Amino acid sequence: MTPMTEAQNSLAIANPKMSARDVKVFYGEKQAIKGVSIDVDMDHVTAFIGPSGCGKSTFLRTLNRMNDTVASARVEGEITLDGENIYASSMDVVQLRARVGMVFQKPNPFPKSIYENIAYGPRIHGLAAAKADLDVVVEKSLRRAGLWEEVKDRLHDSGTALSGGQQQRLCIGRAIAVEPEVILMDEPCSALDPIATAKIEELIHELRGRYAIVIVTHNMQQAARVSQRTAFFHLGELVEYGVTSDIFTNPRQERTKDYITGRYG
Amino acid sequence: MTGPAILLLLAGLGAIAWVSARTRALRLQTVARASGRRDAVHSLPGYHGWYVALWTLIPAAIFLAVWANVAPGLVTQSVLSDPAAQSLPADAFSRASVLGEARAIATGSQAGAFNPQSQALVEPYRTATTKYGVAGAVLALLLAFAGGAYAFTRVRPDFRARTRVERLVMGTLLVASLIAIITTLGIVASLLWESFRFFSMVNPVDFLFGLKWSPQSAAMGYGNEDAFGAVPLFWGTIFIGAIIAMVVAIPLGLMSAIYLTQYASPTVRKWMKPTLEMLAGVPTVVYGYFAALTIAPALRDFAVAIGIHGASSESALAAGLVMGVMIIPFVSSMADDSIAAVPQSMRDGSLAMGATTSETIRKVLIPAALPGVVGGVLLAVSRAIGETMIVVMAAGLAANLTANPFASVTTVTTQIVQLLTGDQEFDSAKTLAAFALGLVLFIVTLLLNIVALRVVKKYREAYE
Amino acid sequence: MTGASAPGRNPTDWKSDIMRKRIARRYAAERRFKAAGLFAVLLSAAFLAFLLITMMGNGLRGFTRTEIALKVDFPASPLLLDPGTITDEALNQANLPMVTGTVAKKALGGDADALLSPTAWVSIRDAIKADPAILSRTETISVPASTAIDLANKSEGSPEAEAQVARLKQQGVLSTGFNWSFLSASDGTDPTQVGIWGAFKGSLLTMLVTLALSFPIGVATALYLEEYARKNWLTDIIEVSINNLAAVPSIIFGLLGLSIFLNFLSLPRSAALVGGMTLALMTMPVIVIAGRNAIKSVPPSIRDAALGIGASPVQVVFHHVLPLALPGILTGTIIGMARALGETAPLLMIGMRAFIATPPGGVTDPATVLPVQIFLWSDEVSKGFVEKTSAAIIVLLAFLLAMNGLAIYLRNKFETRW
Repeated sequence: MTPMTEAQNSLAIANPKMSARDVKVFYGEKQAIKGVSIDVDMDHVTAFIGPSGCGKSTFLRTLNRMNDTVASARVEGEITLDGENIYASSMDVVQLRARVGMVFQKPNPFPKSIYENIAYGPRIHGLAAAKADLDVVVEKSLRRAGLWEEVKDRLHDSGTALSGGQQQRLCIGRAIAVEPEVILMDEPCSALDPIATAKIEELIHELRGRYAIVIVTHNMQQAARVSQRTAFFHLGELVEYGVTSDIFTNPRQERTKDYITGRYG
Repeated sequence: MTGPAILLLLAGLGAIAWVSARTRALRLQTVARASGRRDAVHSLPGYHGWYVALWTLIPAAIFLAVWANVAPGLVTQSVLSDPAAQSLPADAFSRASVLGEARAIATGSQAGAFNPQSQALVEPYRTATTKYGVAGAVLALLLAFAGGAYAFTRVRPDFRARTRVERLVMGTLLVASLIAIITTLGIVASLLWESFRFFSMVNPVDFLFGLKWSPQSAAMGYGNEDAFGAVPLFWGTIFIGAIIAMVVAIPLGLMSAIYLTQYASPTVRKWMKPTLEMLAGVPTVVYGYFAALTIAPALRDFAVAIGIHGASSESALAAGLVMGVMIIPFVSSMADDSIAAVPQSMRDGSLAMGATTSETIRKVLIPAALPGVVGGVLLAVSRAIGETMIVVMAAGLAANLTANPFASVTTVTTQIVQLLTGDQEFDSAKTLAAFALGLVLFIVTLLLNIVALRVVKKYREAYE
Repeated sequence: MTGASAPGRNPTDWKSDIMRKRIARRYAAERRFKAAGLFAVLLSAAFLAFLLITMMGNGLRGFTRTEIALKVDFPASPLLLDPGTITDEALNQANLPMVTGTVAKKALGGDADALLSPTAWVSIRDAIKADPAILSRTETISVPASTAIDLANKSEGSPEAEAQVARLKQQGVLSTGFNWSFLSASDGTDPTQVGIWGAFKGSLLTMLVTLALSFPIGVATALYLEEYARKNWLTDIIEVSINNLAAVPSIIFGLLGLSIFLNFLSLPRSAALVGGMTLALMTMPVIVIAGRNAIKSVPPSIRDAALGIGASPVQVVFHHVLPLALPGILTGTIIGMARALGETAPLLMIGMRAFIATPPGGVTDPATVLPVQIFLWSDEVSKGFVEKTSAAIIVLLAFLLAMNGLAIYLRNKFETRW
């Protein structure tokens, strides 16, 4: 058990969008995250990599408090968004999730029309007063998600009728529609074919800078392609965090090196 | 010889057959094994025992079953050929009554005769009964011996007794499962046949679309026209079962399911779910009594207090309310299943957008679960319109065509009970009308169930 | 706030007043929705509680009866009985009802007939039978009071009866005792003399017939469908029939029983045999469905293991699958039987609503069952029947609760996670 030190966290980010300090997550008796500290910034895509079961998805879900939905889960430590503790009682979880959006492993469009899928968030949060405003939001979000050209003539078809890749871009569009500040992506391409994956990766490139993006992936090539910062998780610990090119070419930790070179995972 | 004695004797024979065949098989197999032909032994000795025992019992049992139906006819025939029967009246009805009396005296269920002719026939009756009784018993025992002996000769080490016994077991299982089909056919046939007789007296169009229901007037000889218009019954059934009961059951059932699955703590769920399910376990006669004793008078007083005219102590509202409560657990468990079938990812997706739990439930879960919920509601309606005791005890008999929930209406099931529990001859249109109503009820509930199960199945497939 | 300057972003101001108010509104809606759910649960539970409390309130009184201590001066009474030869026959010929009336008039005054139950003489007969020696002395015997007195004593009688009760109380002859005859008597015309034994025995006989028919047939069908049936048209028809039968309204089964069992097969009307057969057809699908689920939950590995050591398919099922599935099948059977025990409508169709003053001796005797008895009593005009009806309901509910409790116990005890 190596406690997190500055030595491993090779990145000192001056003005982090989100930062975690000594975060521990328990499921009942079992500890899934063993004291993780990390900063995420606005201008870069951050990738969480590691073998399956290493806790990277669990940690991701603490960033917008999706773990609240699991009755047995308990989170310790501090996570801040713009310096504000998101687990503080003053933080409203509904607002938090609007500011920190999430895209899931398996595309999960609602069984509603494409339009309604995008409009769902703005509607519940009251972001569009009139129908015309909503139309604008839907078009803008679909354009940003790179889906507009494909679906503009069938906005009222069911979202579930789209192909897997289109569905996932719809889910990204749905997250964008509420103008979040951070987008969390939990292995967004693991259920997709290579062409759809390429499209999503391209989309991530385009979204970068506008939103702080954190992506969990078990695919190291993908992490290398889409991210500028990479964090390597193993057995519930953050082993190493640094500039992506450094992590892949010059890992400081033995465990990172073993994983990168394919000794385990 | 009496019936139970023969059966006991047969059982004894069967047991002897089992033991002796098993012993023989055991010995034969020991011999076969000793001579090193191990593979020549096919079945365990017990199976040989069963094989022989079954051969002893089944033919004799079948014979006895047939004989029990044939023998009374033979006895009567032999009594009629007796000289004492020559003086019997020619008319079939009085002849049958004399014979019946003689038989009653002969079997000891009646002490003395009212008709002297019967007394004369008692002796011939006794003789004939004994004669055919003994004949039947002897034949049955002979068959048992013959069957057993035949089977016994087949006991050999290489005889596949197990296969034979198992084939019989399989046959029995198959026959048992055919009873479901026979029952269905029995229902359809009896409903169709009696309805057919009804419709030969009453025009089906008058029945299905007529607005006036007064079978009493038909029974009193005013004719069948205008007496069997079932629309008021259909309306009453729909009003109580599909409208009032559902207005109670759908919101309460749905909201209970939502609360217990989405909000309640595990402890609350553990206690409240069985509590609500108890509502479905209370017998309908208890609900009916409760509705008639407590709810209906209270509703009438309430209606009178707020100045509603035509408030009756037997009201559609009382029956419908109580029926709705009975249906709550049904709707609730269907809603529970449907919501549980919506993938967790939908819920996560909505929550991750910053929706509150209630927004997620109302805008994502329920729309997604809607087909399942609708299917469940259809099943609940089908159950409600077939429910009998609550409406019999609380809804009344007046065939009113009214939308006033405080007035008395009647339903299909109420009228079925009403028509069939008076002292009626079986062939009158009034009695047969019950079967026509039963047929309509059967068809409607069947259709509702088929549609509901289709909807639910399609919906389940959508998420698999 | 590095991102605030990013091109094309117009971030939502979550701290604005409008947003705060909106969030507050949404949370209020959330609370209302949650409260509505809780309200639905509580309302449903409250209804159940209301029903049970009403039945208890009315019914518990049905288990007690008001008794009047009647002083009987046997030597002075017109009773002609020799203490040495007390036989049932002698007692029957002694015209006890008349004697009781005379004695009561002497002890209680002119309106004694209105005070005592029509069955009061039975208590005197039983007292003589128990100890013939009392015939030679004056003895105080507790006899049941009339319905009017009984109701007045339980505080809802007519003013006239209330006055009589007050008088009796003053004389110190009024007492309340457990109504044993409610458990041992059968149907009657007066509320003070009725009991549930006849209907209970009818229910017992009917359930025996139902169980004897539906259990073997149901289990055999479940075994056939789950273990042996090939996928063909016959199997499909069987499955459709069973699912259909499970959904058919119970009254339709009554019509079937009336038309097939009574009119076509000429089986005895009002008998437990026909009632049991009708209910068996209703219960069978329940057992089949529960049985199939129980059999399905026996893991295939057990079948493979048995087949692998050379057992025949029949041996696999009867030696391994059936014993493992039995708790589940039994649970389903008990639940089905509980439903049959509470069933009323189909039994009305086959005439099991007869007035049964003597308990049935066998399955072919005219009989009634508990729920039908409840239905019949609920129709009685006399006010004294209200508590008897509710008391019978309490007995019925107690049995149903016990059966369902047993089913839950079985399920928990034998629940196996493979």
